[in-house]
Amino acid sequence: MKELVVVGNGMVGHRLVQAMRDRDTAGTWRITVLGEETRPAYDRVALSSYVDGKTAEDLTLPEVADPLVRLHLGDAAVALDRDARVVLTASGRELPYDALVLATGSVPFVPPVPGRDLPGCFVYRTLDDLDAIMAAAERAVAAPGAGRRSAVVVGGGLLGLEAARALRLLGLSPQVVEIAPRLMPVQVDEGGGAVLRRLVESEDLQVRCGVSVTGITADRGRLIAELSDGVELDADVVVFSAGIRPADGLARAAGLPVGERGGVLVNTACRTPDPHIWAVGEVAALEGRTYGLVAPGYAMAEVVADRLLGGEATMTPAELDMSTQLKMLGVDVASFGDALARTPGALEVVVNDPVAGTYAKLVVSDDAKTLLGGVLVGDASKYATLRPLVGSPLPADPVAMIAPGGVELGADALPDSAQVCSCNAVTKGTICSAIADGAHDVPAVKACTRAGTSCGSCVPMLKKLLVQSGVEVSKAICEHFSVSRAELYEIIAGTGIRTFSELIAQYGTGRGCDLCKPAVASILASLGTGHVLSGEQATLQDTNDHFLANLQRNGTYSVVPRVPGGEITPEGLIVIGEVARDFGLYTKITGGQRIDMFGARVEQLPAIWRRLVDAGFESGHAYGKALRTVKSCVGTTWCRYGQQDSVGLAVALELRYRGLRSPHKLKSGVSGCARECAEARSKDFGVIATETGWNLYVGGNGGFTPRHAELIASDVDTDTLIALIDRFLMFYIRTADRLQRTAPWIEAMDGGLDHLRAVIVDDSLGICADLEAAMESHVAGYADEWRGVLEDPEKLERFVSFVNAPETPDPTITFVSERGQPVPVALGLPGVRA
Amino acid sequence: MTIESPLTVRLLRDGVQSPDMHGETIHAETIHAEMIDLRWETVCLVDRLLPERGAAALLAAGGEPVQVALFRMSDGAIHAIGNVDPFSGAAVLSRGIVGDRGGVPVVASPVFKQAFSLVTGQCLDDPDVRVPVYPVRVADGWLQVGLP
Repeated sequence: MKELVVVGNGMVGHRLVQAMRDRDTAGTWRITVLGEETRPAYDRVALSSYVDGKTAEDLTLPEVADPLVRLHLGDAAVALDRDARVVLTASGRELPYDALVLATGSVPFVPPVPGRDLPGCFVYRTLDDLDAIMAAAERAVAAPGAGRRSAVVVGGGLLGLEAARALRLLGLSPQVVEIAPRLMPVQVDEGGGAVLRRLVESEDLQVRCGVSVTGITADRGRLIAELSDGVELDADVVVFSAGIRPADGLARAAGLPVGERGGVLVNTACRTPDPHIWAVGEVAALEGRTYGLVAPGYAMAEVVADRLLGGEATMTPAELDMSTQLKMLGVDVASFGDALARTPGALEVVVNDPVAGTYAKLVVSDDAKTLLGGVLVGDASKYATLRPLVGSPLPADPVAMIAPGGVELGADALPDSAQVCSCNAVTKGTICSAIADGAHDVPAVKACTRAGTSCGSCVPMLKKLLVQSGVEVSKAICEHFSVSRAELYEIIAGTGIRTFSELIAQYGTGRGCDLCKPAVASILASLGTGHVLSGEQATLQDTNDHFLANLQRNGTYSVVPRVPGGEITPEGLIVIGEVARDFGLYTKITGGQRIDMFGARVEQLPAIWRRLVDAGFESGHAYGKALRTVKSCVGTTWCRYGQQDSVGLAVALELRYRGLRSPHKLKSGVSGCARECAEARSKDFGVIATETGWNLYVGGNGGFTPRHAELIASDVDTDTLIALIDRFLMFYIRTADRLQRTAPWIEAMDGGLDHLRAVIVDDSLGICADLEAAMESHVAGYADEWRGVLEDPEKLERFVSFVNAPETPDPTITFVSERGQPVPVALGLPGVRA
Repeated sequence: MTIESPLTVRLLRDGVQSPDMHGETIHAETIHAEMIDLRWETVCLVDRLLPERGAAALLAAGGEPVQVALFRMSDGAIHAIGNVDPFSGAAVLSRGIVGDRGGVPVVASPVFKQAFSLVTGQCLDDPDVRVPVYPVRVADGWLQVGLP
């Protein structure tokens, strides 16, 4: 077996190991990975989300668990013996190799200014750096004295702006100092930089361009940054993010040639002049040039894996694409192809609208026939269409292509060779053949082609290609209605139709089914049309909603009284215990902090509920596509670490949204501090206390595809929080598909979480007041469904075992005892198939 | 309890006038070939069945309990099929949602959602599965189910 040593465990090193294990099915290579950091490989591109509440675990890349892979963390390579082909590590390991891949990445460049090593000065590269910055920011914010704490960020490139955003989230006022005359000088031209600057300044960020930091001095526990124009800035924290340099020290010491501006020189096969040594990612100077983006790094990892297994792959120019699209402090920025018009004779077409805050530029060839690149600031929605056209003939007049209200380029404007996903180098042709082979929605296209699986900026284009292929899956609910659930909601809300029979007569065909009837029942319930068993509505309900209990495998039901926030008195517990005992029910504590009683027969349900209602309990809606529970930790009331009254809020939220019918079940949780004991981030809407308010997370779930909820608003007061949740839930109820939980709903939305934030936080659609009013009407109209049944003899008539023997138990239901409780006897399934 | 029907049923068209029923309309589409040998069990007043929903009835045939799921449709048709869901063994078909699939009146099992024809008992999601179908008639407002 041959030995491969990979020096570096960043994203590209990790990708190389994955690629090797995917391709080397015969197991010809044993792989040893050396990681300088003590953590497993993580997503450095998403580093800043660590400040938003993502944990190190969230960012960790999937482990390559494989007997052929050994990982040594916290052990850097310190020397190479190229003659003996051995790597020496800091801990004294000597690792022989047949092939060595350098994937050591970069180190931050810190300009040589005096005072740069003072306490309070940091770089922005690793999770450990962020831990240190967060601790320093916390100390600064907690220090006595008035006034907002400040920070200086040295460098106004992509990383500097990310650092500034992170510092602002940590409660500091950042000032960005950039030596170049504009922000993001590598990606954006002067005009774009000016628009970008205006936009980020309107986001409460101070920018100083064309000046440098000349020195840093300590001053009574704070720092003073002196600038080249004589200005002095006070700061609690200074972050250097002035660029990166390839971490090529190991290669230099071993006598390998390096590029003019650093980086291990490699050819297009990523091989150094030493045939046993390769370099990938930011440390590699491919034909003399280094690449600081992850996509080219990934492509290099794939090339090396191919070569090590006898292939002939080389890096193609398309794989070295430096296009970028990102949202910087709420501002969309995109840069693609030859953005700075360095091609001789290149022409620039600019549409600059300082009033709207948008800037767009296309770079075209000297004959104005071929698109070479471009810059978009303020509105990057055209990026997905324009970037793949780089190198192709212009399909339209370039001004019209970027002017507001100009030509809307469709997916058909792209040639088959156009690269739609630059992260994974997937062309339009590949995607179209995947669609033709049966990938009929975005997740399927992602799975077969890997397009859209990295940065996701090409997902709108994937949707366009699906539409263009005419295979976009029908949104029709079922054979009786050709419209989606959201459209049906609009029809019902808009027309005032309140019965299924009228609805299907006017807008559908046939008699309905088990798909459309419960969907309509849910919409009617969301619109506040009275008791779910009133009149014709009763015919639409699924068995759970029809008997207001959960059907179990043997035809019995389970009963869950509401226990708001999981808070229950001893008397309440005793009542539940007595009811379970008297009716012979099996009891179990649920994950949502309440008690489930199993094994109730249909005809027992009213008697069980009469006891529960008399004791003050009400329906827990465990049977409904509705709000289930709001789980909580004990919060400030008891907990030494609690920051807010989490139980109080959970009870208030559960009482506010109880009985709310929705496209799927809704779960929530409230944690009293960042320790998150209520697991709020696994809920559809989760709330976590901060020192001064609440953070709201949305779109989490457990289940088949677990998802962590994502932060949508931070540090809001209780009234704002409730208004935001009102809007979120009502927007979900109105626009989601049938049985679509909040996470896939957000994922399927054009613009995803950012769009959702625009709608419910910034009121971009102007519907927030309407959404809140709809929720107020739900809250005002709430009545306990079980009390409603018990008070109405007609509704009670449904709760019989047999229409001709109302009190006779179903003879097929029998129980045995297990661990002291009744459990169903498994039902035989005689002769299911003849 | 077995789920195989002891009946051999023959399908006639809906709304056939039966000569031995004094002009009462037979609402079910299914009539036993030798209807004269059937035992007609009276179950309940037809009005007791809620339109577009099912109800279970406990009857007996050959000394064994038989559970029948009864459905009264909005067009007045009444159907009777076995109440036991062959996929779960639970006696719950009467609690499913009724509707149609391609025009065939069906009930969807509330357990795993397979659809069963209310006319033939055939499972529309699995050609090998079928539940029994029973003839029904209405006499003086009372619903009767025919059993062997």
